[in-house]
Formats: sequence, structure tokens, C-alpha cells
Amino acid sequence: MLEILSVWIAGGLTLCIFSFLYGDNPVYKFAEHLYVGFSAAYWLIYVWHFTIKQMVINPIAARDPGAWMLIIPLFFGFLMLSRWLPEKYSWISRWSIAFTVGIGAGLVTIGQIQGLLLPQLRATILPLATGKWTTNINNFIIIIGTTTTLTYFYFSRKDTGIMSRFSRIGIAFIMIALGAAFGYTVMARVSLLIGRMVFILGNWFHIVKPL
Amino acid sequence: MIFFLIIGFSIVANDTPNDAGGSILITTYNIPEGTQKIELYRLAKGDTIYEEAGLIPPRGECEDVSVVDGVEYLYRVRAITEDTFYVAETKEFISSSPQWFNRTRITVLLFFILFGGVVLVYIELAKKNPKGLFIRKLPALDAIDEAVGRSTEMGKPVLFVPGLEGITDAGTLASITILEKVGKRVAEYGSRVIHPNFDPIVMTTAQETLKTAFSEAGRPDAFNKDDVFYLTYEQFGFAAGVDGIMLREKPGAIFLQGYFYAESLILAETGYSIGAIQIAGTNATTQLPFFVAACDYVLLGEEMFAASAYISREPRLLGSIKGSDLAKLAILCLIGAGVIFGTFAVIANNAGNPSYLGIFNRVLDFIARGNG
Repeated sequence: MLEILSVWIAGGLTLCIFSFLYGDNPVYKFAEHLYVGFSAAYWLIYVWHFTIKQMVINPIAARDPGAWMLIIPLFFGFLMLSRWLPEKYSWISRWSIAFTVGIGAGLVTIGQIQGLLLPQLRATILPLATGKWTTNINNFIIIIGTTTTLTYFYFSRKDTGIMSRFSRIGIAFIMIALGAAFGYTVMARVSLLIGRMVFILGNWFHIVKPL
Repeated sequence: MIFFLIIGFSIVANDTPNDAGGSILITTYNIPEGTQKIELYRLAKGDTIYEEAGLIPPRGECEDVSVVDGVEYLYRVRAITEDTFYVAETKEFISSSPQWFNRTRITVLLFFILFGGVVLVYIELAKKNPKGLFIRKLPALDAIDEAVGRSTEMGKPVLFVPGLEGITDAGTLASITILEKVGKRVAEYGSRVIHPNFDPIVMTTAQETLKTAFSEAGRPDAFNKDDVFYLTYEQFGFAAGVDGIMLREKPGAIFLQGYFYAESLILAETGYSIGAIQIAGTNATTQLPFFVAACDYVLLGEEMFAASAYISREPRLLGSIKGSDLAKLAILCLIGAGVIFGTFAVIANNAGNPSYLGIFNRVLDFIARGNG
């Protein structure tokens, strides 16, 4: 019985959201507010249960070894609440923001060098005389694509003259890549739509075989 | 069953190098023929009985990741064949410990010092003379004034969506700088900016930024704190909420600036359907195609950072952009030199001189080592 009820609720809400295709309407508005409200409440519970309770309160209460270190994030967490204090003291919350931003920037820098820059550099330094003309052409396209794209993102000179020609080739490569990514993702979205349609027609209306 | 301690079959245990501790590397040599599986046993110092520590794969090497740093262990392996088994064990105790440096990532450190140094030098130069550093203007920046102006003429508000990442994301930080410019224009034109948020810290930062922008434009009274609000931390809940705002408030200009995920097309399409001017900018390369397809202007990846540096003329941002430009030049030179040398090395190799190809491959290995 509960399963049938949940299928009816899920199916009904899916149709409410789909009604957006017609335009804004009270049914969509209802589903939207329900979704936003429920998700906000869900995350509140999630953060309380899995972060504050499980990672802060429980270890301190159990006096786990090393739990004293939790005082540091707890301290910075409380500083964030200083935003509610009068303007004279609310600036203290910036300490927490600065701490978070600093750590984020440090992690991102290393991640970008290691995950993007070096692999791309390694994959672009290719010989152009491999003895196989198809490989040579392939290598040439990779080298030109990477170098001209880099030129497009060079901001220290006006986009005129030879720079402009190179960056135009670069933007062509960028658009080809974006086009391919667009097509790929549209295919994935169609598969999501199929999933929803199978749910409505299969699990709910029993017209087609459910997955 | 009879077991043998055969000569040759041996085991070596070492602290796994370049790791964060908690791991001992086990290597077996001369695995007896016909071995079906190799069992690993471990004896902690002070204990009397060996405990099972899993199986060693057929290649004879594995990492024991269930050890405790500082605790010393002896290891024993059993190579089991169809009718017997062979035993080998370590003679000396070994313990695991974390290492300060991961030497396999020396290339990352090198590039970090090199590019970081260049950026620092340019930041200092920018501090001394911010006007002396040139950054080209991007077309999307002119469009900001146009979009806010058009929105005001139509009597509609401006919607600014800062993406779905926290304040630590570079894209979100750049979006905050762009928000400042948008906020100033909105205040000057006497319009209104709506700023729904996914992240509460971004919300507080945006509130402060807009408050400053309205004050600098001489209209602190026009700033409404309630126009910058938290929506939800759920991706599609946020998308549904923003879509609803677009349909009900009908903004004349929409700014989608920051890091976005799969909701990007939903937001951009809805914005397009209500006829708003849309200026997008994201460092999420996977979402760029949707913004390019559905928005009027798009700041592609690093253009967002350049735009924020251009707007703010902040020495640190200017220096970063100039420094990264110099780094790009260095990379272009490196690629050029590498391609020429690689081509020469292959030709020389075909002519019977493999030494250059060896050097070329070693350089590539050195670069690749940065991948850990």
C-alpha cells in the first residue's frame, strides 16, 4: 500500500514539474515550493546528523583521542555566527571565510597543476614525424588545437593582428569541443527523460514494462 | 600436507614510500611454480600469534594498508600450490610512517614554484603601478552596462545567480567581483538585484559585497538585504526555485556567474524563454556548451577571472592574470621546443641514433611524473 502511495506521489509530482513545459502554473508552483522546502529541510537534518553530531559532538562526548583538535573547526564555525552581531563585531566572521578560501585556493592550485596542466603538456609534446601520416596529422591537430586555444586565453595583448588569427583558430577548436560536449550531454538528458517516462508509463500506469 | 622453506622464495617488507603513512609495501620474490594463492600473515611486536592480513596478488606485490603507524611488524607469506605450501618470512621488524615529501610529485612542486613565483612578482609590480599592467577588455563586460540599463528601462529587476559552489571555488570568487560591478550599476540606475543562493557563506559574502557596491554608488538606502537570500542546498531544488523566480519576477537581465553543474541548461533555457539578456560565466568547462547555446554573452573559463581583474583593478588579481599569461607563454615555448626536439629525435632514431629519443622520452617521463 505504502509503495503504491509513494509511486502515486512521485508520479504526480513528476507531472507537476513537467507542467512547466506549458508555463508557470499553480501546480508547478506547488511542486517547486514543496521541493525547495523539503530539500532545505533535508540538508538541515543532513548537516546536523552527519556533520555536527557525528563529526563534532559524538567524538567530543566519547572523548576520542585527538578530539581536542575539533576545537579549531568549532571555533571557526562559531566565528561565522558573528555575522548576526552588530556591525562592530561582524567582521570577525571573515576569519573563517579567509581560512576556508585559503585552504581551497591551495588545494585547487596543486590539483590544477597535477590534474590538468601537466597531463595536457605531456599529451601535447608530440613528434610530427612518426612514420605514419595519420598519426602525424593527429599530432598536428592536437598541437595546433592546444597552442591556439592557449593563445585565445592570453589577455595581455589586444586581440588584433597575428594574435587575433591564432585566437580565431583557437575559438574554432573550443567551439568544436563544446559542440561535442553538448551533443554528448543532450544524449544523457534524453536518457534521463526516458527514465522518467518509463517510471510514469511503467511503474505508475502499467502501460509499458517497468525497469 | 608438508610445507617447505625453499631457498629463493622470499619476502621483503618496506614502509611504502611517498605516502601519508598507514601502509607497508610487501614484495615476494621467486614465487614457486604452480602457486594458486599467496596468503599474507602479520605479527605485531609483543604479540605471539600471526594474524591474517589478506592475499597477495599473483604479481607478488601488495600494500598492507591495515597497519598502524609506529607499530612494528613481522610478515610471513604462504604460497599454496595444489599439494603443498611454501613459507617465507621477514627477519626484521618494520613499521609504517608518513613522509613529509612525495618525491613522485617533484614536477608539480617545480611548476608551482615557477608559476607561483611569476605571479608573486607581477602582484608586486601591480601594487606599484596598477595602471601599467594591460589586460584586454572582454566584450561581455560592455554587455553588463547594456543589460542592466535595458533591464532598468523595462522596469524589471536583475537576477544574479552565483553558481552552486562554495566560497572556496575560484569561479565563485570571480563571480563576487562581477557582482560588485553589477551591484554598482544597479544602484546607479535605481534598479533592483535579486540574488538567490545555494551556499549560506556565499550568501553572506554577496550581501556584504552588494551593500558595499550600493554604498559606493551613493545609494546605501536602496540596498535591500532580503533580495539576497538562501534557497536550498539541493541542486535541482535550487534550479526549480531559480526557475520559479525567473518566471514570476521576469528579470530583464540574468547573470549566471560561478560554478554550475547539470542545472546550467535548465536555468539558461528558462532565462531565454522569458526574453532576458543573459550573461553567463563559468569555470565549469562541462557546462560551457549550454551557456554558449542559450546565453547572449559568455565568459569562458579563465575569461571570468580576467574580467574580475579588469573590473576591480585589484593588484592581486591583475598580477595573477599577468603571471598566468607569462606562464602560458612559457608553456607555449615548452611545447614548441618539445615538438621540434621530439620530431628531430624520431628522425634521428630512424637514422640509427636512438640517444635523442631516449632523452626525449626521459623529459616526457619527468613531466608525466607530476601525475603521481
